[in-house]
Amino acid sequence: MAVTLTERAATHVSNFFAKRGKGAGLRLGVRTSGCSGMAYVLEFVDAVAPEDQVFEAHGVKVVIDPKSMLYLDGTELDFVKEGLNEGFKFNNPNVKDSCGCGESFTV
Amino acid sequence: MALLQISEPGESTAPHQHRLAVGIDLGTTNSLVATVRSGVAVTLPGLNGDSMVPSVVRYHSDGGIEVGESARAAAPQDPENTIISVKRLMGRSLADLNQQAQRFPYAFAKTDSSVPRIVTAAGEVSAVEVSAEILKLLRLRAEESLAGELSGAVITVPAYFDDAQRQATKDAARLAGINVLRLLNEPTAAAVAYGLDRGSEGVHVVYDLGGGTFDVSILRFTRGVFEVLATAGDSALGGDDFDHLLAQWLMAQAGIADDLGHKQLRALLHQARAVKEQLSSELVVAVEVVRADGSIWAGDIDRSTFNEIITPLVKKTLLPCRRTLRDSGVSLEEIADVVMVGGSTRVPLVREQVGQFFQCQPLVDIDPDKVVAIGAAIQADILVGNKPDNEMLLLDVIPLSLGLETMGALVEKVVPRNTTIPTTRAQEFTTFKDGQTAMSIHVLQGEREMVDDCRSLARFELRGIPAMVAGAARILVTFQVDADGLLSVSAEETVSGVRSSIEVKPSYGLQESEIETMLRDSFTHAKEDMSVRALREQQVDADRVLVSLAAALAADGDVLLSATERGVIDVNINQLQQARMGSDIQAIKQAIENLDQVTDSYAQRRMDASVKKVLTGHRLDDFKA
Repeated sequence: MAVTLTERAATHVSNFFAKRGKGAGLRLGVRTSGCSGMAYVLEFVDAVAPEDQVFEAHGVKVVIDPKSMLYLDGTELDFVKEGLNEGFKFNNPNVKDSCGCGESFTV
Repeated sequence: MALLQISEPGESTAPHQHRLAVGIDLGTTNSLVATVRSGVAVTLPGLNGDSMVPSVVRYHSDGGIEVGESARAAAPQDPENTIISVKRLMGRSLADLNQQAQRFPYAFAKTDSSVPRIVTAAGEVSAVEVSAEILKLLRLRAEESLAGELSGAVITVPAYFDDAQRQATKDAARLAGINVLRLLNEPTAAAVAYGLDRGSEGVHVVYDLGGGTFDVSILRFTRGVFEVLATAGDSALGGDDFDHLLAQWLMAQAGIADDLGHKQLRALLHQARAVKEQLSSELVVAVEVVRADGSIWAGDIDRSTFNEIITPLVKKTLLPCRRTLRDSGVSLEEIADVVMVGGSTRVPLVREQVGQFFQCQPLVDIDPDKVVAIGAAIQADILVGNKPDNEMLLLDVIPLSLGLETMGALVEKVVPRNTTIPTTRAQEFTTFKDGQTAMSIHVLQGEREMVDDCRSLARFELRGIPAMVAGAARILVTFQVDADGLLSVSAEETVSGVRSSIEVKPSYGLQESEIETMLRDSFTHAKEDMSVRALREQQVDADRVLVSLAAALAADGDVLLSATERGVIDVNINQLQQARMGSDIQAIKQAIENLDQVTDSYAQRRMDASVKKVLTGHRLDDFKA
């Protein structure tokens, strides 16, 4: 059971934390919504809940709630540039199908 | 798949729900677009990595349009078709332009309309159209960078822009396909970028020295709103003038005569600019100037020499500073911060002089070229709704409900608390008495049910309501709160169209603690407030019955009622009057019902009588359709 960050993603996350000035970690998660079943959650964490699982990757604390863990196990979070656009990308081996734009998915 | 950004805790938006919003600094010399990404406001660079787009548009004879760096480079060769500093033309009529000392190198078309149109190789264009081209480029850059359609933008304008100039800016945005969330004053945007709107109330100075313009504004932040107290400046003073002076100095040192060709002069200015920028971080810079004959002058310039050269210009900016201080009536001690905006504020002497003048350390942490766009982006992100309601600034939600007084000193809430602004809410009210021709509208703020427990904001009257039976008039009261927190209340009688309105200065910018107290009171007193309200409503009902009954009795009570009947009614009226004085809701209700019963047949007779009156003298046929 693990979730990882690429080094590039970790660098960006660390930068964002530095600019934000606070934060206990980065929350990855899923929730039911969107056009294809589920959607990713990517948030700053101010308080880690007792049931959360915490991973460390390249100096970044990754926080995941147990329910989301079922859908995210093995995921690698990457930071990519596509033309002028840039942002985080979930490389999730559990995904079977996703909507056209990829904002939501099914497992 | 779509690329994601990090959200604040609990703020992840549903897929496709995150709304893209940008802030745009539409400048005289350069323009920028910025957005909030992963909680941080950043400017969006183009493919060359540069965030700034020169505000220059070049029109080609084949109809092609060039915007930005390439257009600026072409300006000297094609001055008539290359529009620079179009911002100076925004919202101006030809008459305005002729009055200005500054001359424009463009040919203006002779038209009957007051809007100046510039003749270019691609036809006539107005300032609005030229600005729209710059905005279009920024919109495309934003949509490409964010991979989606924009829901809106906040565009900044100088604080001194009048309505015509603001409207022209909005028109340009519309033409560029941008939904304007609001226009924001440039100094306010800079203050927002530094988070001064989350700080305490106070007076802030924004010193904006750009490439070709200088503006200084004094803002007062009170009650969640930035108020521009005074603004002054010089529309022909900026960093470019530093370059000119430095270039002259270099020419004198190198023994170059004043009759340089255009191309050489430009090269020298370019060099001067580079030297100036280096001197912001270094104390001495080595310079090599190539003379016309190819020989080279090599020398050094140190910062103190540079400072001497530009001192007259820096001093010149302090005059408007002094004027704004005088105009605003603010004393130096009251000033909390000085925000530095514009690339030229990187010059150490500028920072030093400004700091000395205002007697405080100027704020320089945010890139002065980007600070306005960044503030606009922060504002846009809030306005478009990417922040949850409870995290909104005072500036952007109504902290306490707004309502008005109704009969019985009760408060009817029209705009509930935490409504995001700008907002418009309307509610219909009616008259209480027969023949009532005026209505007093009392605007209140607070969560409690009784007028006495809320804050009074304003009162005004609606007069000229046509005389009608109680309850027949339709009075539409509209509460409108604009993005600056200004409340305007208007009342209109919809049948006759008479209307009246008032503007309320946002006196609801209460201290956080006061708001909290008012809220807490509304919870602790919730139960008693409800029973007081129920009682008042019953009392108002009783009054209504008593007033209309008294009017009826005065009109035909003697004719339609026997003495005994009248006696019974009078007794019941008396009982209701007694009950109304008390605080027993049930008793009042019962008394109203009793009175209703004993006047039932009287009401019947009144109805018959009035029908008879209408029918008398007519034949049945008259009433057939």
